[in-house]
Amino acid sequence: MSDLNKRMIEEYRNDFLKEVEANVEEGEWVKMCMQCGVCSGSCPLGKHWAHPPQEIFMMIRAGKRDEVLTSDSMWMCTSCYNCIVRCPRQLPITHIMHGLATYSKKLGLVPKGQPTATFAEIFWNNMMKKGRVNELKLGLALYFKDGFGPGIKEALRNKDLGTKMMKAKRMSPAEFFGGHGIKDVSGLQKMIKKAQELEEARMKKFD
Amino acid sequence: MAKYTYSYYPGCSSQKGASSSNLMKSVQTMCEELDVELNEIPDWNCCSASIGYASGSELPRLTLSARNIALSEEHNKEQEIVATCAACWLATREAAERLKEDESLFAEANQALAEAGLKLNNTTPIKHMAEVLVEDVGFDEIQAGVKKPLEGIKIAGYVGCQTNRPFGIHGESFENPVYLDKMIEAVGAESIPDYEKKVQCCGGALAFSEPDKSQEMIKGIIEAAYDNGADMIATPCPLCQANVEIYQDQINEKYNTKFNIPVVYYSQLISVAYGRSASDAALDGQLIPAKQLEEIAKK
Ligand code: SF4
Ligand code: SF4
Ligand code: SF4
Ligand code: SF4
Repeated sequence: MSDLNKRMIEEYRNDFLKEVEANVEEGEWVKMCMQCGVCSGSCPLGKHWAHPPQEIFMMIRAGKRDEVLTSDSMWMCTSCYNCIVRCPRQLPITHIMHGLATYSKKLGLVPKGQPTATFAEIFWNNMMKKGRVNELKLGLALYFKDGFGPGIKEALRNKDLGTKMMKAKRMSPAEFFGGHGIKDVSGLQKMIKKAQELEEARMKKFD
Repeated sequence: MAKYTYSYYPGCSSQKGASSSNLMKSVQTMCEELDVELNEIPDWNCCSASIGYASGSELPRLTLSARNIALSEEHNKEQEIVATCAACWLATREAAERLKEDESLFAEANQALAEAGLKLNNTTPIKHMAEVLVEDVGFDEIQAGVKKPLEGIKIAGYVGCQTNRPFGIHGESFENPVYLDKMIEAVGAESIPDYEKKVQCCGGALAFSEPDKSQEMIKGIIEAAYDNGADMIATPCPLCQANVEIYQDQINEKYNTKFNIPVVYYSQLISVAYGRSASDAALDGQLIPAKQLEEIAKK
């Protein structure tokens, strides 16, 4: 178990709602949910959510910490914002789902190999290197996330697509050797480091 | 001086050799025709889209967008920011609003920005290019400049999610927005106002991480376009465009369908209708050629 997870269990003994309110993006909204179910009916990948948003909100209030934080459900959110424009209580549901996913990641509770969690991390690391996304390396990293063997297979399956994209000048082999980026990479990285420190300090305040 | 001037946030996918370079090119052409001047934000960075959240978390993510707004406020003074990518627009506008609502986050974002020698005032409006067309330029003006009406082409206007929600275009409904249909009509083509999958999600970033689940939705979007007799699909969103166009082969293989429908941008429609060449309209950027548009462009 990660140290942060241990600390948070200690800290919020039996009050998962409070833990969510304090540590999850937009978590203070959870208590406003009136359990109407509209959001759950709005998720485009609805049938793949073991616990749709309405249920997640109920589980948070019922203190089902493990079930929520180790769930694969919030990783099914496509950021379509259907729920947000429909919710009668105007909960920022999309952000709460993102926030729960982020929090679960910080605590080391994401189900192993969860593809969207993996992709999100590859995306972030890719972008942070030069301040802009390198789509070619992003694609390659994604294919090779499970190692060399399956990666080659995946890459071959998508080979025709890659060739067509290059022909249409919508993918460039030059990206592999550098490619697009910003000038002030070091400023950007310092800025993000600072933002991360400030956010961490916020979480520590509850010590 | 141009009739309209904006500070421009193109986004990562709208760069040379990137997946929506055809959007970038056709937007340039369209803006030349409409006398819209776009001043790129110097040294803009990626906003981390709707997928950066997991590693980015709240403050770092907001700070990424804050940097772009701050750079725009410093270099493109008094100009509204315009984005062409739905996710860029959404992330930037969301960041601006969150930092307005929450003073302590605003203070922290500025503390982080100071590390890069920047300062955010956060007074700049953030627009989508569709808003520029609908609200600033207007349908009448768009229609007035049409030289070659796109007659005889039936087009399913696919708005998708993030151009439409949560902000959308002022005065439009979230469930059935009609501005894209109006734009299609303005350039002389036939629209399909009750296209059922107009605002259906295509999976967004999950098209990469959950391809099977997403392709099932994409299949529905294409099927409904065919059912309505569409010749092509038009969209304002770079990820929608890519997702709906490039996986048609894979979907055909999996579902035994015969999809081969072009997916174009509104900016390509306008460029062609305004008499510009196929290359100015970036029609060479299609994986599935939009032959009807190519023919009109040739005439
Ligand atoms: S739509 Fe809003 S109020 Fe209804 S269940 Fe979902 S979050 Fe709760
Ligand atoms: S934004 Fe996420 S939670 Fe909301 S409806 Fe879409 S998939 Fe569901
Ligand atoms: S949303 Fe996409 S295109 Fe826009 S900046 Fe972010 S990664 Fe780049
Ligand atoms: S339709 Fe797809 S690509 Fe377009 S905004 Fe929605 S999720 Fe993103």
